Amino acid sequence: MDAFWIILTGSITAIACALAGTFLVLRKMSMLSDAISHAVLPGIVSAFLLTGSRTGFPVLIGAGSVGLLSSFLIEYLHKRGRVQSDASIGVTFTWLFALGIILISTMGGNIDIDPDCVLYGEIAYVPLDLFSIGNILIPQALISMGSVLLLTLIIIFIAFKELTISTFDPEHAQSIGINTTMWHYILMGCVSLITVAAFDAVGAIIVVALFTAPPSAALLLSSRLSHVLILASLFGVIAAIAGYFLAIWMNGSIAGAMALITGIEVLCAIIISRVKFQLHSLAKQKMIEI
Amino acid sequence: MLHTSIEIHDLTVSYQNKPVLWGIDCHIPIQQLTALIGPNGAGKSTLLKSMMGLIPIASGFVHFNGKTIDSMRKHISYMPQRESVDWDFPISVKEVVMMGRYSKLGLFKKPREADHLIVQECLRKVEMEKFADRQISRLSGGQQQRVFMARAIAQDTDFYLMDEPFSGVDAATEITLLDVLKQMRDNGKTIIVVHHDVQAVAEHFDNALLLNLRKTAMGSVKEVLTEHNLQQTYGGKLQILSDVGHLLSIEQKKTRLR
Repeated sequence: MDAFWIILTGSITAIACALAGTFLVLRKMSMLSDAISHAVLPGIVSAFLLTGSRTGFPVLIGAGSVGLLSSFLIEYLHKRGRVQSDASIGVTFTWLFALGIILISTMGGNIDIDPDCVLYGEIAYVPLDLFSIGNILIPQALISMGSVLLLTLIIIFIAFKELTISTFDPEHAQSIGINTTMWHYILMGCVSLITVAAFDAVGAIIVVALFTAPPSAALLLSSRLSHVLILASLFGVIAAIAGYFLAIWMNGSIAGAMALITGIEVLCAIIISRVKFQLHSLAKQKMIEI
Repeated sequence: MLHTSIEIHDLTVSYQNKPVLWGIDCHIPIQQLTALIGPNGAGKSTLLKSMMGLIPIASGFVHFNGKTIDSMRKHISYMPQRESVDWDFPISVKEVVMMGRYSKLGLFKKPREADHLIVQECLRKVEMEKFADRQISRLSGGQQQRVFMARAIAQDTDFYLMDEPFSGVDAATEITLLDVLKQMRDNGKTIIVVHHDVQAVAEHFDNALLLNLRKTAMGSVKEVLTEHNLQQTYGGKLQILSDVGHLLSIEQKKTRLR
């Protein structure tokens, strides 16, 4: 049963990351997921100090808003403070992450968060923190991740058109009256919530792999946005399943193995798209010869 | 007069305290083809963007038929420069042109059969119907411009502001697209186009607005495309431009003599 919960939590996390990540990659903002995943730390620690739990909806909302706040700060430093855009990302998230580390280290024994766990999570402990619905026991992490995935799916489903146009051509989107700033922050809000929900399972660094690698691989293989979203989710699920068994076999970290698989997926995608391109140009040559 | 034109009044736009446009004052007549010409960095794109409300205005205003942009958005199409988007985006030609229908569709609504027909028709006008299902990364520069123009036409508005629709297109495509624009004008559309080719402007456009930080001239192409005005606009450094102005004046004299 534990294996089932771990794989399911991993898969759901990977799908949510792949969906939001596709839009991040297309907007050339993948590193914002890195920034947000680190910046939520002080939010998680403070929420933990207040509620005594690392999961649950108060933590999700509290830490999620810190993530959103960090994306506001990054924009503000860049636009108003005239800091270079990549430098403003670097300044903002390290500052907030440092704040979180200081909170953890000064609160010492009061907190059951260890810095290792912050970086790469511990998905193996997911089945330990159960929540009962009726007489079924479901991992707490699965419930919060599942709700965040549902929210992400709803947003993408009803606003696919708006998200697509403001990602592809923001100037044209604005010219027909679409509020691109609002959609930017809705997407950032999703990324923040996903990061916080995924924090226990995969931590602050590995989550970036799930946000960027499956979408990048999918973008190499498909030329339709809807297919890219599905393919990226599929790659995420494959990484969750294969990563689990790889980790069991190696007796190593599950989250680490998942991220390793996503990297291999990108490599495979590059090879496949290369081969496809070669075959295509070969076929074209044949056509010309005939 | 005021209520049936585009009125630009004392428009000043600055970027980080440096003025990019300074006190632009002019009336652009409706139902005509107007070219926006000037050297690189003269503020041509900035003028279009500030007319669309995409960038903040330091002072002055722009009125379309006496109304502000926000109440006229549904009646104005804006075609950005080709380089402003990522052409590797996973989307087909048809889907890009369908984006032109979004403003009419409204939020969260799906396109209907009629919209698909309009998209098809617009692709036919720019001679791209064969490429409807092609992914946009597999298009040439000229084809990309045709797709962007089809999207603008699909918006079916009264006003069109186009930023360099002819950059990177070959001569044949330019003629096709110019014909499309002329047809639209004859159907009562008001079109403003940023264009680099002074010769082509003289040949095909009704009016020209010469711009270099300030307005240097505005009026019908016959009146304003003079050697003096072009030198004022381009700083008189480019010999080739004064040559163009000279040639134009000779041609105009010829037609007058006839």
